[in-house]
Amino acid sequence: MTPAVRTLDLSRQFRAVRALDQLTLEVPPGIIFGFLGPNGSGKTTTIRLLLGLLEPTSGNAEVLGYNTQTHAEAIRQQCGALLEHTGLYERLSAEDNLDLYARFWRLPPAARRARIKDLLTDLDLWDRRGEVVAGWSRGMKQKLAIARALLHRPTLVFLDEPTAGLDPIAAVALRDHLSRLSANDGVTVFLTTHNLAEAERLCALVGVVRSGRLLAVGPPGQLSAGHDALRIEITGSGLTAPMLAMLGGLRGVTSARPDGRYLTVNLQSAADAPSVIRALVSAGFQLESVRNSAGSLDDVFQSLMEAP
Amino acid sequence: MSDAGAVAWKEWRELIGQRGLSGKQGIVLFAVTFGILLPLMNGRAWITSPMTALAWSWVPMFLVMTVIADAFAGERERHTLETLLASRLSDGAILFGKMGAAIGYAGILTVVCLILGLLTVNLAHRQSGLVLYAPSVILAMCVLGLLGAVFVAAMGVLISLRAATVRQAQQTLGAVIMVFLLVPVGLVTLLPTAWTHSMNLDAVGAARLAVLGLAAFAALDAGVVILAMAKFARTRLVAV
Repeated sequence: MTPAVRTLDLSRQFRAVRALDQLTLEVPPGIIFGFLGPNGSGKTTTIRLLLGLLEPTSGNAEVLGYNTQTHAEAIRQQCGALLEHTGLYERLSAEDNLDLYARFWRLPPAARRARIKDLLTDLDLWDRRGEVVAGWSRGMKQKLAIARALLHRPTLVFLDEPTAGLDPIAAVALRDHLSRLSANDGVTVFLTTHNLAEAERLCALVGVVRSGRLLAVGPPGQLSAGHDALRIEITGSGLTAPMLAMLGGLRGVTSARPDGRYLTVNLQSAADAPSVIRALVSAGFQLESVRNSAGSLDDVFQSLMEAP
Repeated sequence: MSDAGAVAWKEWRELIGQRGLSGKQGIVLFAVTFGILLPLMNGRAWITSPMTALAWSWVPMFLVMTVIADAFAGERERHTLETLLASRLSDGAILFGKMGAAIGYAGILTVVCLILGLLTVNLAHRQSGLVLYAPSVILAMCVLGLLGAVFVAAMGVLISLRAATVRQAQQTLGAVIMVFLLVPVGLVTLLPTAWTHSMNLDAVGAARLAVLGLAAFAALDAGVVILAMAKFARTRLVAV
């Protein structure tokens, strides 16, 4: 099956800045792919390159089987996009914004009206469809921009920080919507996010990028499992400052953070855990429980960002 | 509706949606001033004077100037350009939709003002009998008006493509149009007197010269439009 996205040594240079550095990536169709990285790491540049809005300095990319440099129009035909900015026409109403893009996508009038009603109802915006967008909150604009990206039932959707500005309830609803899109309709979702918990819950595959370089790619669970570092959560009482200082000096302990009756200790590897527990108990800590908190995507991300 | 038509529809909706004198209010004010007030003040001369054709020929050009600078610079300023470029629309649809919207707006407003003026003068001076624009005046207004509007629209798009802000685009376009209008006048005044005396044209000679001038204007329009098409490249428009 043709991958939804395939890049080979894709690079983009802006004068002295290498925004993307030899990105080689393959995203299978029908999944939600999370592209993670700090600000300025090359996520937005990647989306622009994949949509044919920028030309690569070297390397090449294919989206839905089309080369981004020679068949960008065919790619845009089948993709939806929510980019860095919502891109809404603020002098127009919500309904007019969608109607405009529905015309761009050549939806017949009846289908256009029905689709707009469905999407606005789904996103809880139907009652406010006649309002000019300029006065809306960031979250509402974000929801409308997402509706616009999905309007023409694209095969592949690029979403740059889709839940930014959404309240928690709206964010959960959007995540559910995206999951359904992928599971039921086979739509590929390529999203960038800073929210690692969101990526962990939502994405079948994630890629971590830093300074334009892809550092890791794989299913979130696999990345976490392959992560050597370990976090243990210790519950008990009697923790003192000298005990914490002693912990900090133990071999293999990268950090120890107390929080009431809980103590979270980050270790370099699982082999260091027994010695930490022994040292704590010997020092007089009244141990109640120890929980092995498998490395989360957050841990993986942190360690990748901190790596030299 | 064609893709270019959809883009033009969007441009008009945005134009009308603007607040204050840039939007609906400005359009109504213009139509009332040039369609009712000035015709009332000038009487039948508003329709019959040869200056009418000359003056109205330039109106579409100036109307286009007021809106075209916004075409790309405005979208860039309001962060809507990238999303528009990420849509399925072709380069031609975006370019000609924007140009068409500006030319259409100017054309429609000019025609509305001319019709209003005609009605106003005939109603106000109905005792003097019906007065109409001469066919030659209508033809001159249409041809010159269209050529001027196309020139400014294409030039405006070219400038707007590169301008960082609408204000910058407006200022640059204003300067370019000023040069475009003043240079030919300046060149004529620089001609040797012997030449200008020898150009004592009869009616046929004047008509030939007019046709030649219009053909040159049309060629200039075509050149600027082709240049605008060549310069419109999505991959160079997205801000980085």
